[in-house]
Amino acid sequence: MARKTIRSIPQERAFMPVLDAETRATNFEEVSLGFDEANALVECERCLMCPEPACVEGCPVGIDIPGFIARMIKKDYHGAWEVLTDSTLLPAVCGRVCPQEDQCEGVCAVAVSGGLEPVAIGRLERWLGDKAIENGWHKKSHVEPNRFRIGVIGSGPASMACAADLAKAGCEVTVFEALHAPGGVLRYGIPEFRLPNSVVDAEIGNMKDLGVEIRNNTLVGRLFTVEQMMDEMGYDAVFIGTGAGTPKFMDIPGENLNGVLSANELLTRCNLMHAGEFPNFDTPLEIGKKVAVIGAGNTAMDAMRVSLRLGAEEVHCVYRRTEAECPARKEELHHAQEEGIEFHWLTAPVELLGDDANNVRAMRCQRMELGAPDDSGRRRPVPIEGSEYEFEADTVVYAIGTSPNPILGQTSKVGLNKWGYIDTDADLATSLAGVYAGGDIVTGAATVILAMGAGRRAATSIRKYLGIRDSMVVYEPERTGFEDTLFGIDMAEKNFTQLRQI
Amino acid sequence: MSDSDTHGSVPAAEPGQGTTRAAQDGRASGFPIVARTDFSETTFLLEIEHPQMARAAKPGQFVIVMIDEHGERIPLTIADFDREKGTVTLVIQAVGKSSREMQARAQVGATLYGIAGPMGIPSEVSHAKKVICVGGGLGVAPIYPQARAFKEAGAHVIGVVGFRSANLVFWEEKFRDVCDEFIICTDDGSAGIKGMVTDGIAQAIAAHGDIDEVVAIGPPVMMRACSEATRPHGIKTMVSLNPIMVDGTGMCGGCRVRVGGRIKFACVDGPDFDGHEVDYDDLMARLKRYRPQEAKAMERWDENCRMLAMEEEAR
Repeated sequence: MARKTIRSIPQERAFMPVLDAETRATNFEEVSLGFDEANALVECERCLMCPEPACVEGCPVGIDIPGFIARMIKKDYHGAWEVLTDSTLLPAVCGRVCPQEDQCEGVCAVAVSGGLEPVAIGRLERWLGDKAIENGWHKKSHVEPNRFRIGVIGSGPASMACAADLAKAGCEVTVFEALHAPGGVLRYGIPEFRLPNSVVDAEIGNMKDLGVEIRNNTLVGRLFTVEQMMDEMGYDAVFIGTGAGTPKFMDIPGENLNGVLSANELLTRCNLMHAGEFPNFDTPLEIGKKVAVIGAGNTAMDAMRVSLRLGAEEVHCVYRRTEAECPARKEELHHAQEEGIEFHWLTAPVELLGDDANNVRAMRCQRMELGAPDDSGRRRPVPIEGSEYEFEADTVVYAIGTSPNPILGQTSKVGLNKWGYIDTDADLATSLAGVYAGGDIVTGAATVILAMGAGRRAATSIRKYLGIRDSMVVYEPERTGFEDTLFGIDMAEKNFTQLRQI
Repeated sequence: MSDSDTHGSVPAAEPGQGTTRAAQDGRASGFPIVARTDFSETTFLLEIEHPQMARAAKPGQFVIVMIDEHGERIPLTIADFDREKGTVTLVIQAVGKSSREMQARAQVGATLYGIAGPMGIPSEVSHAKKVICVGGGLGVAPIYPQARAFKEAGAHVIGVVGFRSANLVFWEEKFRDVCDEFIICTDDGSAGIKGMVTDGIAQAIAAHGDIDEVVAIGPPVMMRACSEATRPHGIKTMVSLNPIMVDGTGMCGGCRVRVGGRIKFACVDGPDFDGHEVDYDDLMARLKRYRPQEAKAMERWDENCRMLAMEEEAR
């Protein structure tokens, strides 16, 4: 086959249907419908099969992207999925929620040197992930159990990745979740229309197939401590993946008025507790006619689009910087704009104003301009003198970020940094021997795939700490004449485990 | 349902250290109710089997309970715990849809879908030599383990409990066992002294010039009245706040309260705070925030109960 060039590939991205903005803004159905097979194959043709692919470097977990696309082209979809799942546990999730423009797709040669839209890697990954769920594909792995027991705190993406890798290494893994349903932010945060719950359930099912046990309603730090897990409960190692769930407020007057809530509360009530189906479900949620969301990250986008779907007549975004600095995924921002959400850039609230009944009725906002760059390199917003005005709103949602949850810090001796996040070394080891941490509780709020990457890195460190041999090597099934060996390794050798894929 | 489908639903809660898998037929496996006592038409006690929580629980902490998959998460103070029996005790007042549903359905042998905890920072059992432990209405239950803890720490404990009338009084003997003095107050004077708990506090302060601390649990109006009663005497007063909660783990801030002019999350910074610093107006206004929805849920629940009763009769 002649080598593909930028001229010979399809110039446009393959077609992927989305629900039309007017209809979808009234329901919780998934907005992006995904490729069909024909379009997925067209999109695969756009990959140049670079010999030194930048996209793999751009992926936080290093998926062999040209590798899976090459198998897709041959219609070996199961093989393609096998390649994918060597590196990622949650393709159907990450294909949907990764900020690909900053990762794999951001460095794709088709875009960088070809000037075209990058190969839609996320959409292809999603297509394979969905196909696996549809067809019930499982990693048929045979795991040799070892004697190690691992406790994992939290059941979000970091914990799931860590738990799966350690289960594959033969450890007995138990995941402790404080809420009544596992999945972390995938369950309570990201709404149905971006990530259907059925997808989360399927991915958690894969983890259980590996023998991971999940215990809900278990608040570690209060029901028992990290120290107790290591001393009394007999865990050989612990992974902390509790996230950065505590919402920030601004400490301006009026924040305690009714109708003012965090995006976490709004999304938890809606996604985890199904407040949208009240009174069929018991949890209520009051969404006003005019909703103002403060912040412009992915959480803000989700909160705004959820508000719209819960019946708000107008939804406004208030952000102190400009669209260029908006930290949300481009696709989500675009979807939000299509759905009629109004954006007020360079605007910041300074006070929330209430009525006699203690309900919020308006925000006092001020206009901003961009000043000199701050330490992070972003231009700092500076208030414009005398620009204050009243902005009416009967619901105000805070989506300005999160800070670390204090419970583990209150109840264990695990070392924290000056911001209250868990302090780790390069191996993600904490100050307590055998206790590792990763994801948002170490880095602050980040992305699903970065949390997964951290979970996998911690799993590697834990294997090293426990002295487990590299279980990522795929061994040939046993053959006759190998009585004294297991996968070619001397049976007398202790303390190893392997994963055999059949 | 095929084998792979079993992951399609949210797994039910698994009690304590148990390893039983969730029932697949939609019934919650969950946390067994092992005892129940009805104190009055609206107040009842549940004892839940949860050995791990019974070991961990300390006075002042609370749990979040879900009755079933469609339920809401409601915070309830841990009224007592028995480490040997492996149970925790909740005292519940049927005031709205969820608590009335629990009153109807939470019988011995049934299970709760979810119970998570213990949550919150345990009450600090200080070195106070003389304390007044005040409980009003439902707050009488959670003040009990605190009175017991103070007694065990060697303090002189004065119990002051308030009820509307004599027929609502419960746990009198239990309290007398852990209190050096015990004062019952009823609104109508049908038991103990006639009046509010604040009258009981005034009586105790008058009799003892050296009260080191007052701990008060009950409705916000009562805790405010207690704080005002002790303020002129400069007696340290701790109260246990009861704002609206969702997760109870510090994740949403629904339970934020103003204490000393700062915002605190009651579920992780409390629920105990210095009563003289609490903004009670703010707390009470925020407690009203879902009134219309609460009324709607209640109405619908009543309607469904009536329909069911009629169907029963028709048979």
